Amino acid sequence: MNKAEILVIGSGPAGLKASLSAADQGAGVTLVERDLFLGGQLVKQTHMFFGSREQYASERGFKIAEKLTAAVEEHPGVRVLKGAAALGYYDDNVVTLEMKGRVVPVSYDAMIMATGAQENTLMFPNCDLPGIYGAGAVQTLMNVYGVLPGKRVAMLGAGNIGVIVSYQLLQAGVEVPAIIEAAPEIGAYHVHASKVRRMGVPIYTSQTVVSAHGTDTLEKVIIVKLDGSWQPVPGTEKELDVDVLCIAVGLTPLTEILFQAGCEMAYIPELGGHVPRRSAVMETSVPNIYIAGDVSGIEEASAAMVEGTIAGLTAAFNLGYGRDSYDKKIAAANLELDALRKGPTGEKIRTGLQNLKRTVEVRQ
Amino acid sequence: MLKKTGVPTSGQVEAVKPSPERLAEGPVVIVECFQEIPCDPCYTACKRGGFLPFEDINDLPRMDFAKCNGCGICIGACPGLAVFVVDETYAEDKALLMIPWEFLPVPEEGSIVKGLNREGDVLADVEVKKVRSAGSHNQTSILTLIVPKKYAHDIRSIRVD
Amino acid sequence: MRIQVHPILEFKKGKKISFTYDGKTVEGYEGEPIAAALHAAGVRVLSHSRNFKRPRGFWCAIGNCSSCNMSVNGIPNVRTCVEPLQDGMIVETQQGKGVIGGVPGE
Repeated sequence: MNKAEILVIGSGPAGLKASLSAADQGAGVTLVERDLFLGGQLVKQTHMFFGSREQYASERGFKIAEKLTAAVEEHPGVRVLKGAAALGYYDDNVVTLEMKGRVVPVSYDAMIMATGAQENTLMFPNCDLPGIYGAGAVQTLMNVYGVLPGKRVAMLGAGNIGVIVSYQLLQAGVEVPAIIEAAPEIGAYHVHASKVRRMGVPIYTSQTVVSAHGTDTLEKVIIVKLDGSWQPVPGTEKELDVDVLCIAVGLTPLTEILFQAGCEMAYIPELGGHVPRRSAVMETSVPNIYIAGDVSGIEEASAAMVEGTIAGLTAAFNLGYGRDSYDKKIAAANLELDALRKGPTGEKIRTGLQNLKRTVEVRQ
Repeated sequence: MLKKTGVPTSGQVEAVKPSPERLAEGPVVIVECFQEIPCDPCYTACKRGGFLPFEDINDLPRMDFAKCNGCGICIGACPGLAVFVVDETYAEDKALLMIPWEFLPVPEEGSIVKGLNREGDVLADVEVKKVRSAGSHNQTSILTLIVPKKYAHDIRSIRVD
Repeated sequence: MRIQVHPILEFKKGKKISFTYDGKTVEGYEGEPIAAALHAAGVRVLSHSRNFKRPRGFWCAIGNCSSCNMSVNGIPNVRTCVEPLQDGMIVETQQGKGVIGGVPGE
């Protein structure tokens, strides 16, 4: 059987950093990615990142992906398997991978799940019409493959993804007639909102899409104002002619394998749904299974990178690697993570993590 | 209101403006960053001490306008594209305005484009004086515009027709 | 519809190749997802819902949602949003659950 000392599932910001930090400590890492290239969702991020130097602030996401991918591929301690989808968990530390149509079992000593998240959908009449796409999916189509999603694209959701993708639609030359947000306030960083606003894109808060229309594909959506209790205000319906509606209403962690492995899970809305309980250093309730990035709770890529570092260091440490430097490196990473979460924009994640901690005390 | 529309209030804009005395001395930075987010590249980009040290990465930028010479290096470093430079000493009724630009076309030097306010409305025709790259590894362009002085604190974007 | 010029990105495209979509010849670039090539060619309906035969298109772009499943070279339920395009591929709108090894799905 294929043997991996540390098996890392997923090569987004968390998985790449986890691989590098574990391999730097001397552990042997096998990094598994279902796509044919590494980088996860970093590869389509054309905007400059926030954070500080340690998380590559001011660099564009796809450039960070290039940098980390090169570091991983050059690292003698990391074996990379692309086009390999993790299918399932089996007892005795085995995960099966689908590679070129074959099922390949891999056994591991430690596993770091960095599977990320998937986009949420929203229910309204005709929400399944072709032309209604995930905002992240449109970002992939546009920024990775250079294909325009449509001519006039409305955005539903004014969180960071919705507003950033709107800006990127403008960069690709697409008209964005509106960003629609059901909440009374913009969820995105306000600087992102100002960027699209000064290009003439209106942001409608306290409004939502009530229905979509079109024969085979999307032709228009009806938007409506919402009152203080999120109910549609009769008579405020407005038609918006668009051939694409992007849905940017949040993400859900991709936790299937963690459920299969029997990790204790808890439903924490602030973290995006079901997430595994974890120790302070990212170990789940199942020994030797660690987590990092959006699978552990929806957050920015900068935090995912630091969580990856923590999970990688700890997985290596528990296998006997890097015992001398562990405390110092973990302390540095924790400082970074605390700083990222400290401000007002970190409130949701702080609340989520508090609520998760309250559900049960996890072994350290 | 910023958190409802993406447009800062005039009070917010006034609060980050350098003093009239400092504006009368020459080019100076204006940082329209009104929300505490974990981000500090403006501070690390400036080598002149124009940004006061961050105690916490979530701090709002605080300025020492006396140390700023309006070089604009922080414009391309700001991931939020929230940094501008204004030079009110350019001419009697014209000011120079530096803005970040990440769209196509990148306007030609000497061309006339539409100057837009923070809501994307056209305020005036403006001339593009200079176009430079924010750096070899940064695809943001920095445009220097000649704008009517009365709009130096209102124009924040352009449209190239 | 493809992006010709972009302020930030340069697109590294594969070789231009052709494939068939429901019998019609369509051009695309080798290695890009089949669904991307179809979308660029203006094809937005990729599948139909099982019970009510409602048109379905691209949705998640990460191979999770099954909205883009089509028959490719006779193999049903291929996730076209992640399956790389190859020269001469036969891409067809799938009827029902598809047939594997001569056994039709329900």
